[in-house]
Amino acid sequence: MQYLLLIYQSEAEFAKLSDAERAAIYQGYGPFTQSIGQSGHMRSGAGLQPVTTATTVRVRGGKTLTTDGPFAETKEQLSGFYLIEAKDVDEAIGIAVRIPSARLGSVEVRPTIAAPSS
Amino acid sequence: MDLGRFYREQGGRVLATVIRLVGDFELAEEAVQEAFAAALEQWPRSGAPDNPRAWLVSVARHKAIDQLRRGARFDARRTDLEAMAALEETEAPAKTAMIEDDRLRLIFTCCHPALAIEAQIALTLRTLCGLSTEEIARAFLVPVATMAQRLVRAKYKIRVAGIPYRVPPRELLAERLEAVLRTVYLVFNEGYAASSGGELVRRELCAEAIRLGRLLAELLPRPDVRALLALMLLHDARREARLGPDGELATLEEQDRRRWNHGQIAEGLALVDDALREEGAGFYSLQAAIAALHARAGRHEDTDWRQIAALYEVLCRRYPSPVMELNRAAALAMAEGPARGLGLLESLEAQGALDGYHLLPAARADLLRRLGRWDEAGVAYRRALALVRSEPERRFLERRLAKVSRGA
Repeated sequence: MQYLLLIYQSEAEFAKLSDAERAAIYQGYGPFTQSIGQSGHMRSGAGLQPVTTATTVRVRGGKTLTTDGPFAETKEQLSGFYLIEAKDVDEAIGIAVRIPSARLGSVEVRPTIAAPSS
Repeated sequence: MDLGRFYREQGGRVLATVIRLVGDFELAEEAVQEAFAAALEQWPRSGAPDNPRAWLVSVARHKAIDQLRRGARFDARRTDLEAMAALEETEAPAKTAMIEDDRLRLIFTCCHPALAIEAQIALTLRTLCGLSTEEIARAFLVPVATMAQRLVRAKYKIRVAGIPYRVPPRELLAERLEAVLRTVYLVFNEGYAASSGGELVRRELCAEAIRLGRLLAELLPRPDVRALLALMLLHDARREARLGPDGELATLEEQDRRRWNHGQIAEGLALVDDALREEGAGFYSLQAAIAALHARAGRHEDTDWRQIAALYEVLCRRYPSPVMELNRAAALAMAEGPARGLGLLESLEAQGALDGYHLLPAARADLLRRLGRWDEAGVAYRRALALVRSEPERRFLERRLAKVSRGA
């Protein structure tokens, strides 16, 4: 079976950590990712850029409604995901609005943190 | 040459081009600042160059390359090397030449819907109009630190979320232009009817909005753009008369129309006629047509209220909004009598969409006053006073309240 592991964190609390504490968390990801890669469990994963870089799109009455900010409706719940490659946010939004549920709910478009170049 | 004035008038064009060359807002802004600093130092000595803009773009480009080369950015990325390589290839004059599109690119990027509206406004005023962070903060009555943070976040989002620096492709243009026009109009409205604070009008904002409108009309000669420019010109033409001889708010009825800017009115009227002819009942065309009817009336009594009411009806049908309904009610009251307007206002009140909006009770109070229903007018003026935020409007309402309390 496949599972989606969604990581939630307080950006404010995270920002309050010391450099050392933050570094310790980041450093943990490398070995973890490697190990689940080796064990064959990993399909894909990425850190997300902070919430201030999020854009939410909805399609209502055939019209695209684009707003700055993360998804924030209490009446809507996470129901699916796509990880896409797009050259800029317009292309990503262009894809997001084609998702059928965009007509009923919302799609948050958030850039991922690019993997560091080796 | 007056470099300060040059910066205000041409700085946006220089920045727009350098952003395209450098591919990064923050880097471009720093580089342009440094280029202007260099100009400030060198031009008084050696005289201004023949092509000042080209000089500035060239110097800014070099400063940007230097920055990248020094790896001076604390989040130096591999892409910086690519950017540097690309930049070094842009030596050819053809690429550094001012492309008119650059300012369009800039304004569409600043008004990208992925940015919060306040951020769109702040970024537009900062980059295209050359207003300082302090000036923008003052205009919108927020602390400077807040405005500075807003600008930093906006530029951060442009970079990290991948907001492209371009004029949107045809299939997105109408939708994106809507956002641009709305942002420009918001700036104008904030300047024209300052929503709070001591001044009735912040004329710098009106002037900047009109400048942007002219730029847009020049680069995108479309009826909706011309209509917005017309609307702003016609409203702004009344600016000098909005304060009476005692320095207090003067209603349309009370304004000395000789103090209206008739040259600007003529310009606005010509644009409205064009826009209406091409576009008919567009959002800004309709409002501009209403402003035109006011502008054409030599005296308040000559105002064609019937036509104005009819135009509001079309506006309300095509672009429903409670505020437009309020305006329609006021126009109908002038065309057909206060009782007619009151009925509409009462149903608006019942709908509750304008709760907290001082102009609704203010409008009711005015109609009740015209009907001689002093006590009810007093109650409504008090309601309006509880909600009003601008000082000149407060004083106006207090004067009216005093009048109806005396039974006048």
